[in-house]
Amino acid sequence: MKLPPQLASWLQVGPTALLLIAFFGLPVLVVIAVSFFDFAQAQIVVTFIWDNYIDVFTSKVTIQQYLSSLKFAVIVWVVTLVIGFNVAYFLVFHVRGLLWQIGLFLVCTVPFWTSNIIRMISWLPVLGRNGILNQTMMNLGVISHPLEFLLYSDFAVVVAYVHLFTLFMVVPIFNSMARIDRSLIEAAHDAGAGRFRIVWEIVLPLSKTGIALGSIFVVTQVMGDFFVVKVMSGGQSTSVVSALYNQVSAMQYPPAAASAVLLLIIVTLMVAGILRVVDVRKQLAA
Amino acid sequence: MDDAKPTGVSRRLVIKTAAIGTGAAIGSGAIQGFPTIWAQTLKDIKLLHVGESYSAIKDIGVQASKDLGFTVEIQAVDQNTQRNRLLTQPKTIDINDMSSFQIYYLLGKKVVQPIPVAKYKYYDQTVPIFTKGEYPDGRKVSTQGIAPFSVQYYADKDGSKLAKAPTEWLTGIPMVYNADTLGIRPDLIGRKITQWKELLSPEFKGKAALVDNPSIGIMDVAMALESRGDITYGNKGNMTRAEIDKTVEIMTQFKKSGHFRAFWTNFDQSVNLMASGEVEIQSMWSPAVTAVRSRGIDCYYAPLKEGYRGWSSLLMPMAHLTGIRLDAALDYLNWYNSGWQGGFIAKQGYYSAVPDTAKKFLTKEEWDYWYEGKPAATDIKDPYGTLMEKQGVTRDGGAFLDRMGNIACWNTLMDEDRYLTKRWNEFVSA
Repeated sequence: MKLPPQLASWLQVGPTALLLIAFFGLPVLVVIAVSFFDFAQAQIVVTFIWDNYIDVFTSKVTIQQYLSSLKFAVIVWVVTLVIGFNVAYFLVFHVRGLLWQIGLFLVCTVPFWTSNIIRMISWLPVLGRNGILNQTMMNLGVISHPLEFLLYSDFAVVVAYVHLFTLFMVVPIFNSMARIDRSLIEAAHDAGAGRFRIVWEIVLPLSKTGIALGSIFVVTQVMGDFFVVKVMSGGQSTSVVSALYNQVSAMQYPPAAASAVLLLIIVTLMVAGILRVVDVRKQLAA
Repeated sequence: MDDAKPTGVSRRLVIKTAAIGTGAAIGSGAIQGFPTIWAQTLKDIKLLHVGESYSAIKDIGVQASKDLGFTVEIQAVDQNTQRNRLLTQPKTIDINDMSSFQIYYLLGKKVVQPIPVAKYKYYDQTVPIFTKGEYPDGRKVSTQGIAPFSVQYYADKDGSKLAKAPTEWLTGIPMVYNADTLGIRPDLIGRKITQWKELLSPEFKGKAALVDNPSIGIMDVAMALESRGDITYGNKGNMTRAEIDKTVEIMTQFKKSGHFRAFWTNFDQSVNLMASGEVEIQSMWSPAVTAVRSRGIDCYYAPLKEGYRGWSSLLMPMAHLTGIRLDAALDYLNWYNSGWQGGFIAKQGYYSAVPDTAKKFLTKEEWDYWYEGKPAATDIKDPYGTLMEKQGVTRDGGAFLDRMGNIACWNTLMDEDRYLTKRWNEFVSA
């Protein structure tokens, strides 16, 4: 039996489309609808008002929170990119033998066998005032007073994010690099290019897809987080989502929905921006 | 409804129940006082008690099930989850256990039901802090914040309004309560802490912490500001917008200068902040102080001159309970204050609403230590038998009346709650 080509594509797209509509499309529509509702104590009032959006856009706190989340997103993106690229480069180009490559790659994932929360909390005794790092440095005579900025600070937040999200950078970049044709590199080498020039002109452009995918993972995770910020800053910094979470807790669903819609738009724009720089589909198809 | 089907089902049910009933009757002739079928159904009842972790303790449910002959299951959730469930899925809860002031969220919502005073067996023995707004010695209890007495009675059996004076309708059975103050690390501080203003003393810059909860956190700061003489509040438990503004302004300056090391959200965080030495003075709950001490680290729940911040909880049946399930729920509520639970939580540092019954479940030494403020005649152990205090130690703050008798302000839900939450969020992200 042969299906008409059009029907075949519909059948192929159908299941995913249905799932996405049911579990993503409709909920988002509900959130958008609720963002225009009013609320009384612990109640949603069905009406149409712009107040929730006006509140979001006129609140100093919202702007601070977006700036703070964006700041973390940029810093974490840069750090994870540098680390991720180097780790992937080492695995692909310096480690000889597929077995070793895969073995070491698995080693990278070892920390991920524990939960996110444990990996994050484990930093507390390391970075604390009387933590391992401060104690060690004091014993070595590097510092005379414990460094206070190590914990419950932006620094601590970045450390935890980097630890949590670097692998999301390593994996796609590793994948892209592994697909680079070695003869290109040999040709460049034969033509007299140095190692740095090879990385800059061959490896980097050909890893663009992986970098783009990794960036999307990292940036969206940071923008959507509230827990890491809360724990690692000792509750002294907030993120976009923590405000949203507070509103949901106080059963103020309409303003929370408005924040969620705004965040969705901003993160979508960020992802669109990344995809505009790198055409992931073209690269994957190639 | 379709006519034919339900008959079939119910007939099957009748047969099944009868069969079980007979089986039980043969199996255990020991059930007394109830008709067999009745006892059987009672045994099948399962009540879900939902509360926060400090009061929703599994062991209490296990003991209640043992004593009562039906099952009480206890589930601990966080405050927000509980409030959401109460209002949006009230049928997923049978017995609601919550901070007294939260009753304001439920007024007029018809999710919980009033308890007739006549159904509460221990009403006359209940500490008058709850029932009359007085201490046993006749003094009036502070009315700053939301005092337990002010939320103890409904105006009518609909439970839509609270009453200012005793009525026939209780909002709930009073359960645990305590007097909160600041926790300190005496070993690191090295001097006596006697006033709330120490929370904001420059000496503790970078070593102070607050609970990240708008109404409690701001009250701890308000106690400190009043103690410093910066602000005199009309009612710390129900601030005006101007008072909130001024308080948050000062708090923000302190935060920006790096005074606070952290704002904690849960019990474990407060314990770890203290135990690790990150913090030397902070908002704290009494069992958290004990938890720090049980690690062999010195921690003190300092009685302060200006008094304590008090809190209390209520236990109430949900509105959807009727008939035998409601009877069972009331049995459980009465069991709750019949002593076992009071003895259990006394060993965690909380008080029972009916101390007379709790006393029977404590040794004389335990009673003297926890309630009378006398030096421990023997080692004091927690409910699980772990050593808490060595012989000779006296409870921080002393006897029941020294602690509960000196409440300056109660945990609260202010009229300006929404404004406060907004300002608190600004403070935290400042």
